[in-house]
Amino acid sequence: MNARTFLVRGLLAGLIAGIVAFVVAFTVGEPPIDTAIGIEEASAAEAPAEPAADEAHTHTHAEEGHTHSHSDEEGGITRTNQKTWGLATATIAIGVALGGIIALVAAAVAGRLGRLSVVASTALVTALGFVAYALVPFLKYPAAPPAVGSGDTIEERTAYYFAFALISIVAMVAAVVLGRRLAAERSAWTGVVVAGVGYVVVVAVAALAMPAVNELGDFPADVLWEFRISSILTLAALWATLGMALTWLLGRVETTPRAVA
Amino acid sequence: MSHSVAAPLSGATAIPAVEIPTVDLRELAPWALFAGLLAVLVVFFVSTDQGAVSLFAGSAIHEWVHDGRHLLGYPCH
Repeated sequence: MNARTFLVRGLLAGLIAGIVAFVVAFTVGEPPIDTAIGIEEASAAEAPAEPAADEAHTHTHAEEGHTHSHSDEEGGITRTNQKTWGLATATIAIGVALGGIIALVAAAVAGRLGRLSVVASTALVTALGFVAYALVPFLKYPAAPPAVGSGDTIEERTAYYFAFALISIVAMVAAVVLGRRLAAERSAWTGVVVAGVGYVVVVAVAALAMPAVNELGDFPADVLWEFRISSILTLAALWATLGMALTWLLGRVETTPRAVA
Repeated sequence: MSHSVAAPLSGATAIPAVEIPTVDLRELAPWALFAGLLAVLVVFFVSTDQGAVSLFAGSAIHEWVHDGRHLLGYPCH
């Protein structure tokens, strides 16, 4: 097993994960997005005199005598393209990128986490990756549907999101390194508990210290709930498929008898 | 990779020690660096370009990945 063994399988697993995430996102995520865009357009139509926010923000423009509409073509992109090919591009690109990274991390930790097999340590890497880069950032800065969020605060919100995600990832890596050392020197129990509690404490303190984002206004709660559930389902589908596909592909290598030279 | 049973099976309590393959970190480092840089670029274009930061002018990338940006949890607009 070398870097190539892992990377090739990670990219393939990421491709599969991206496709599955697209199917989930299209099925459960597009209905609340369509509803939210309808709300956005209705509120834009009510306030046609509202000045355009800034040139980079295209969603609430009411310039040039017509109200901006998502169903219009924007830069040649129709709403139909946006929710099919555009959405698939996003999920597959993210899937392949994450698949490659997770595979290389799995390669680095294989054989180095106690007595965990390659498949077991890879499964652990994927699960911890989901917690660190999807679940925990979502809990602090949950996904916002169209019509929620001001174009004036996109810079701060983006900075908060990635800063918090970075803290979470660094804390997770540190927790695993610490836990591994404690497991070797003390006991597996000590290592796992200290690492787990340590990670939770660090991200909890960061979450309390960092600014809250609340720009919901009077957005309907049921649509928001439906959208956020579909968002975390999409992320869960992406990571779960990545973990299952990558461990399956690596397991085939692990159990394939090697030709003895 | 190789499975080698190191412990003798004669002992009733012996657990067969399975050798778990490792990857040389020095061999892994350049792959990790290159793939890491590519992944950051991909995540940037899907998550952020023509939103908080615009590397390219216009809104075509933003609009193309719009729904994915929302559903994958990135701040979109």
